[in-house]
Amino acid sequence: MIWNALLLALREIRRNLLRASLTVLGIIIGVAAVITMVTLGNGATALITAQVSSLGSNLVIVRPGQRMSPGQPAGWAPAFKEDDAQAILDAVHAVREVASVSQRGSTVSYMTESTFTPVIGSSPSYLEVGNWHLAEGRFFHDGEQRAGRTVCVLGDTVRKALFQGGSPLGEKIRFRGVSCEVIGVLSPKGQSAMGQDQDDMVLMPLKSWQRRVAGRRSRQDVGTLLLSVRDGLSTERVVRDVSVLMRERRGIAPNENDNFSVFDTRQISEALSSTTRVLTSLLGAVAAVSLLVGGIGIMNIMLVSVTERTREIGTRLAIGALEREVLLQFLVEAVALSSFGGLVGIALALLASFGLTTALGLPFVLDVDIMLLAFAVSAGIGVLFGYVPARRAAQLDPIEALRHE
Amino acid sequence: MSEAAPLIRVRGVTKTYGSGQAAFQALKGVSFELAAGEFVAVMGPSGSGKSTVMNILGCLDVPTSGEYVFLDQHVEQLDRNQRAILRRHCLGFVFQGFNLLARTTALENVELPLLYRGLPLAERHAQAREALALVGLTGWEHHTPAELSGGQQQRVAIARAIVTRPTLLLADEPTGNLDSERSVEIMQLLTRLNREHGITVLMVTHEPDMAAWASRTLRFVDGLVDHDSAEVPA
Repeated sequence: MIWNALLLALREIRRNLLRASLTVLGIIIGVAAVITMVTLGNGATALITAQVSSLGSNLVIVRPGQRMSPGQPAGWAPAFKEDDAQAILDAVHAVREVASVSQRGSTVSYMTESTFTPVIGSSPSYLEVGNWHLAEGRFFHDGEQRAGRTVCVLGDTVRKALFQGGSPLGEKIRFRGVSCEVIGVLSPKGQSAMGQDQDDMVLMPLKSWQRRVAGRRSRQDVGTLLLSVRDGLSTERVVRDVSVLMRERRGIAPNENDNFSVFDTRQISEALSSTTRVLTSLLGAVAAVSLLVGGIGIMNIMLVSVTERTREIGTRLAIGALEREVLLQFLVEAVALSSFGGLVGIALALLASFGLTTALGLPFVLDVDIMLLAFAVSAGIGVLFGYVPARRAAQLDPIEALRHE
Repeated sequence: MSEAAPLIRVRGVTKTYGSGQAAFQALKGVSFELAAGEFVAVMGPSGSGKSTVMNILGCLDVPTSGEYVFLDQHVEQLDRNQRAILRRHCLGFVFQGFNLLARTTALENVELPLLYRGLPLAERHAQAREALALVGLTGWEHHTPAELSGGQQQRVAIARAIVTRPTLLLADEPTGNLDSERSVEIMQLLTRLNREHGITVLMVTHEPDMAAWASRTLRFVDGLVDHDSAEVPA
């Protein structure tokens, strides 16, 4: 009986191919939109996870102030002092290295080329703590740090801006009246999870930075502390211990809130992933509305179809079709339409999400579950919105139906 | 009638539509019998109840009172589905408007009742071709109604009605939409099916020319059988 219903339904669809394709368009667009949105969202999440892990998985960041958004000025919160780094290293055993980081935006030039970029002062441990690798040359060492030598290491973006293809090693670049010898170039990392270009920077010894770049600001100030945690030890423990230590050093009363924040990269990754997840579900929900609209479109056409085919239904009833056979025929017709729309929508979504992820530089993460779900939902929509018209068809009085003009 | 067990026995059948003030009695107590193998024309002016009696005989409708026995079954006691099964196996319908499925080939139209009987494809096609051959439409199997003339369409409809080898063929104004030449062809076809294939035919018509082809005429006036050619000696 189901095969007969399927055969009859397919004949009906074939009889009115144009209308059938217009009807399923709503479902096609709905399914394609849902899958594309979710695929893009998954791609973004995967990208963020990859980028955060490029920071290093055992990294703990200490910043003045309470928020962890990038570029947040310390504002009301007092800056760290240079000896905070040593204090942490002494007090918290699980911390392997600490890099004090200060930065200031400057116009950096070489010959006729120039670019505006953050100039960062830090210690030799910055390389290891930040999980960086050298593309060429070397990093500055402790001697240069102590002596406050004007040597610098370029991020890949700055190298490209100032030297194009050529090697910058041994050349002198200028910023804020300082002439600085380039001794190394870092391997590129690309965009950070926040969308910043991580390679857009110039690194120099902190002491040199404090003398030559910091300007009138207090020379002992340090913007951010980057901590690397010993392998196999808990970063959460370090976050806790550092918080306690810093409260003590900054003289915060027990009833006061922290005026600094300590977080590890896992927390950043979780915070960002949860944001993208929320966005993904939001977009998916919006797309799901179009699926609903598509379903209503199917119901509409099926109702029109029942009215239009009243005489035909009468004929079928007269030659001995049972009520449930007519019901099944119309129901199968609606389900066939909507599931076909679902299949086409999935194909379209694959094309669209592949194209979009490529264009946006996101990884293409195929989620089979969402495709199965979208297909099931589109078939379900056929049943849901096909039932009312099908019932109406099945319950027609054959005499009335035959008389229908 | 001379036969012992009539194919159809109608006893005191009434049919009332609506209720109360708006009630309309279409049949006011009709009784007659039909033997297997008869070719009966039902005549009468519009509103005389001939369509109502046709719907009741075709098991599309049930009488308000009275009894209708078809093939020893009390149709007035059957439910909607039981009557559908009876139609599927024992009845064939021919309509004035042909009622073929548009954009569907003659073969697919004719095999439709066999589909509801659940026959396999090969058998469906064989029987449908046979029925089309019987109405003289061999070679037209793959034409759609739009590509056929009115007479041909009605012959496809007749093929659809007889493809199940029904006991009773009901034709409602089968020539109403056709010119006289095509009408004669259809009447010849119905007569041949009646005589050579033993199908009992009951035809509603208002044209005396067409009624003349039948072996018996029932004339309805005002919800009653006014004249039965079988009961009145010529």
